[in-house]
Amino acid sequence: MTAAGGTLSRRPVPRARGGAVQSVRDSLVVAQRNLIRMMRIPEVVIFGLIQPIMFVVLFSYVFGGSIAVGGSTDPDTYRQFLMAGIFAQTVTFATAGAGAGIADDMHKGLIDRFRSLPMARGAVLTGRTLADLVQTALTLVVLAIVAVIVGWRIHEGLLKALAGFALLLLLGYAFSWIGALIGLSVRTPEAATSGGLIWLFPLTFISNAFVPADNMPTVLRTIAEWNPFSATVQAARELFGNLPAGYPVPSAWPMQHPVWASLIWSLLIITAFRALSVRKYRSATA
Amino acid sequence: MPGAIYAEGLVKTFGDVTALDGVDLDVPEGTVLGLLGPNGAGKTTAVRVLTTLIRPDRGKAVVAGIDVLKKPNEVRHAIGLSGQFAAVDEYLTGRENLSMVGRLYQMSSREAKARAGELLERFHLADAADRPAKTYSGGMRRRLDLAAALVVSPPVMFMDEPTTGLDPRNRQALWEVIQELVAGGTTLLLTTQYLEEADHLAHDICVIDHGKVIARGTSDQLKARTGGERVELVVHERQHIPLAVEVMRPFGKGGFTVEEHTRKVIVPVSGGARLLAEVIRELDTRGIEIDDIGLRRPTLDDVFISLTGHVAEAGEETLEQEGAGK
Ligand SMILES: Nc1ncnc2c1ncn2[C@@H]1O[C@H](COP(=O)(O)OP(=O)(O)OP(=O)(O)O)[C@@H](O)[C@H]1O
Ligand SMILES: [Mg+2]
Repeated sequence: MTAAGGTLSRRPVPRARGGAVQSVRDSLVVAQRNLIRMMRIPEVVIFGLIQPIMFVVLFSYVFGGSIAVGGSTDPDTYRQFLMAGIFAQTVTFATAGAGAGIADDMHKGLIDRFRSLPMARGAVLTGRTLADLVQTALTLVVLAIVAVIVGWRIHEGLLKALAGFALLLLLGYAFSWIGALIGLSVRTPEAATSGGLIWLFPLTFISNAFVPADNMPTVLRTIAEWNPFSATVQAARELFGNLPAGYPVPSAWPMQHPVWASLIWSLLIITAFRALSVRKYRSATA
Repeated sequence: MPGAIYAEGLVKTFGDVTALDGVDLDVPEGTVLGLLGPNGAGKTTAVRVLTTLIRPDRGKAVVAGIDVLKKPNEVRHAIGLSGQFAAVDEYLTGRENLSMVGRLYQMSSREAKARAGELLERFHLADAADRPAKTYSGGMRRRLDLAAALVVSPPVMFMDEPTTGLDPRNRQALWEVIQELVAGGTTLLLTTQYLEEADHLAHDICVIDHGKVIARGTSDQLKARTGGERVELVVHERQHIPLAVEVMRPFGKGGFTVEEHTRKVIVPVSGGARLLAEVIRELDTRGIEIDDIGLRRPTLDDVFISLTGHVAEAGEETLEQEGAGK
């Protein structure tokens, strides 16, 4: 009996490029794989959109008018103020996605394939976080459109607004590395999802995202002002021109220089959590 | 000089289970080692250690001349792996799975696609090439995984139960692929529950149980150890059994096995086919009607059972397939 395809040609193992080029290339190959999966399971992306859209609508119509921002209880003032907060909260949800995805991968056979290939070390993780970044960007676009529909506007020009979105995405990317570490540390995707979400609630609520921090008790206010999350929210608000006229800018350094603070925080998180995750990945025995 | 796959004193424990308990292996370049053993013997663990997936607690492993513990990444350039459980992405099509692996081997996108096409043909997956692997049957997934292990042709290959779940035609086709690979100089470590497969493909066989090597040698050496040839006969009438035993006694080398319910008498002999003719004549003269008679040599199954003290637990699917194949 002969097989249909005739003899299989021999293919010597190509030489590894090694270094940064291979690292980038391998990460993109893995990212592409994750994006294909995303397109084949669109439910995940769609459910990921519903929650922030509900937040936009609920917060701006239910709370708008009862929360004073810069001395004004005008619902529209609150709506303008709120959007950067919801955008920032949305990007941090990438944590749970990345965590669940990686936990899932680690317990499926495919990880053995990856780990037996001469791939760049961090590529499985970087590929995942890059794919999540694309998903986050898509979510932000849809969310911005919904925000415009309910009356949100930018006032500082398109370039600054884009810079605001870039900072938001960078924060999301940073958080997906925290998610990666969580995903590598737990046994199931379910645990990674809940473990990736619970700590986000205190983090996003003890911040300036939904209410100005100046009404909080001193301890909480200090936490809120130094919260990496607040820095990005404040920076985005500035860049979108969404800070109401009478809004007092707190004296804490990150609130005075929110763009820098946001950049520094995000880069620090990426550096630290990427290193920890890659180390964990290499020692993990799936 | 140590072989292409070399291991010395490998020990690996999981909690209080000792999966490997001092395993030594030495597979000369260009040969096939069949690793046999009952379920839980430590075969997969040995493969995972040698393919850099887990670190042993103790011991030394060298693959393609590279120290597995010191330079795992270099070893990955020299090996191909098809694990016991298919390592494919369910949401990717067969083609996408294979070209992804090709690209991770640093092939260009075009090269990777071409190779994927070639492998899909060879493994009879061309018709299903553009369906997500999720929709594949068990045997199709298995073949996709084997194809992924062969995207490049590394000098050393590991296959953990490669033909489990394959139908007879596909098993045959894989055997051909393996023989081609080995003819081309590849060294292969193969685990299997199909002893016939080890007999067919492996130059050397190594039997492990409870993490220890309990026997090694060529298939013929192992069979010789288990005992020589024997005559097995089935009489038509149960009351003829004692008579048959009496007739056989002068031909035998001592020791009889009688299976009453199948009316079978087994006698170890030496003397080959000529002796068989004499036995038949003698039985005929005595008027003993026989349903079946034959000269049997021990199979690897016999070797396995006598070594490990229990039947190879091939699992139900295996038995069904053996049945279907005949
Ligand atoms: N990750 C693990 N955690 C705990 N125990 C393990 C682990 N992997 C293997 N074992 C144990 O180690 C022993 C050897 O397992 P292994 O998978 O190597 O057996 P095997 O010879 O491949 O068996 P099979 O024929 O069923 O595939 C078993 O007792 C198994 O339960
Ligand atoms: Mg096994």
